[in-house]
Amino acid sequence: MADLVSHPDEVKVVSRRFGLGATDIDRYVALDGYKAVQKALGMEPDAIINEVKNSGLRGRGGAGFSTGMKWSFVPKQSAKPKYVLCNGDESEPGTCKDRLIFEHDPHSVIEGVMIAALAVGAKSGYIYIRGEYRYLSIIMQKAIKDAYAKGFVGKNIFSSGRDLDIYWHGGAGAYEVGEESALMESLEGKRGVPRIRPPFPAVVGLWGGPTVINNAETLANVPHIILGGADWYAKLGTPKNGGTRLFCLSGNIAKPGVYELPMGYNLKKMLFDVGGGIPNGRELKAVVPGGSSCPVLKADEIDVAMDFDSVAKAGSMLGSGGVVVIDDQQCIVKFALRTMKFYQHESCGWCIPCREGTDWLKKTLIRFHSGGGMKKDIDNMQYLAENMLGRTFCPLGDAAAMPTIGFVKKFRQEFEDHLDGKPCPYEKAGAEELAFAH
Amino acid sequence: MKFSDEFEARFAEMVPHYPTKRSALVPTLLYAQDEVGFLSDEVIAEIAGRLELTELEVRNVISYYSMLTTKPRGKFNVQVCTNISCMVRGGEEILHHCAKKLGIGHKQTTADGMFTLEEVECIGACSWAPAAQVNYDFHENLTAEKMDRVLDEYRKKGTQ
Repeated sequence: MADLVSHPDEVKVVSRRFGLGATDIDRYVALDGYKAVQKALGMEPDAIINEVKNSGLRGRGGAGFSTGMKWSFVPKQSAKPKYVLCNGDESEPGTCKDRLIFEHDPHSVIEGVMIAALAVGAKSGYIYIRGEYRYLSIIMQKAIKDAYAKGFVGKNIFSSGRDLDIYWHGGAGAYEVGEESALMESLEGKRGVPRIRPPFPAVVGLWGGPTVINNAETLANVPHIILGGADWYAKLGTPKNGGTRLFCLSGNIAKPGVYELPMGYNLKKMLFDVGGGIPNGRELKAVVPGGSSCPVLKADEIDVAMDFDSVAKAGSMLGSGGVVVIDDQQCIVKFALRTMKFYQHESCGWCIPCREGTDWLKKTLIRFHSGGGMKKDIDNMQYLAENMLGRTFCPLGDAAAMPTIGFVKKFRQEFEDHLDGKPCPYEKAGAEELAFAH
Repeated sequence: MKFSDEFEARFAEMVPHYPTKRSALVPTLLYAQDEVGFLSDEVIAEIAGRLELTELEVRNVISYYSMLTTKPRGKFNVQVCTNISCMVRGGEEILHHCAKKLGIGHKQTTADGMFTLEEVECIGACSWAPAAQVNYDFHENLTAEKMDRVLDEYRKKGTQ
């Protein structure tokens, strides 16, 4: 069970029921649970979609696409069954927020899936939870069972005459599966290899039927939007960035934890007020603002509003909400290497630029960090990464390339400090032997 | 091939959730592995038969997922995260400490079959780093001393 934290600047929407025992269905109902889905049952599907569109809710998995817009792409008529798929494969390094939602408020995800299903005309919803989160899939299975027992889910839900089934599904260890088309492949019992698009999942998705895929946090927001209204939700954030966000503070920060802050909250304030600054008398060197795939921000670039558009303007991405703090005792080359080891490990091997690119970058960074680097490697790494961008079926290639370009461009001096056989300036004695064959 | 009643009940419940039998494959493999310890030839043949797949199709899926294994592991699989959030808070040192204490390296098993050690990618414990999972249990905010206590407890549990 993960520890909870709090800060006065938090605005609790998704985390409202954290720590209040809402895994219990009666408690969830007492805390306004399953009210939103009953309200949605009385609304026209287009009205639900418009409400979500107007709320400014954008995908919390990382891409930040308008949720209501995504739902509107699902055709009204379909010969094949339509589906809603909740993405709880949470695997982006730095991200640990969906875990808390599943742990403390599983019914909010179920309710979000139900409302999405009502909006697009689906009769089944699947909640995919990564395999490592076994205790959470147990919590979710119980929550679904309880919802069936109450008649909230299943046949004739809330005596509305409508049927809606909710199922859980478990993964078995794969970052790639967090990508929506790979997620569908995995749910269909296959390797999580991405699909070629178009057709997009909204038209041809799970088992060939139109499918809406949303992140768990995105869906957990939906009941609050339906109950509180689009205007209320939109106003919590900044223009075109409605609501709040679960930010996962991690790394070299005094008070790590998952904090729910309004969209557009200042990053500097987040680190120094909410997170308590950098511990151990050290200085801030850099921040990865939205999970490992987002380009790094230097210490002097953190006066930025944490919403999708402002962080994009600052040259990075808001991503999945994973804010990884790096202090002045950390080696950026090593950080870049660890990041690339991850992407190389997780690349499914389908697209050559990603499969070969991540492997070459990893090998170069290993050699570089251990003192065997050459000056031309620095430009080569950037050139290689730039040529991976946009050349793969899924964004994993981009996710590997973007941070690499950022590290090389912004911390070129640190790369140069590793040249000419010099030992890593940050390496602690004996630390090299820590490197395992991975 | 005989699985537990719990497995059978879960399997029977799960398959009708999907329009295709094959869709139950990944969670079924993981639950089977939890019981048997690894995905043996026998387990693979059994599951392939049940889901109307070839053994090759099942093996093809197994090789993709990092949690699935066709090799036996120790009773307790110690999975230490060294990804970025854990790394900057000493995750590598925790891994190294475990390796020294257990006398094994990445994906190796102790001679008594008690522990397997694995360096793993992000397990979603970033805000409570450094972290490890032993089988499915999370252990967070680790120090070398805390890790010692964790391993000792499992050893005690394993010898009971």
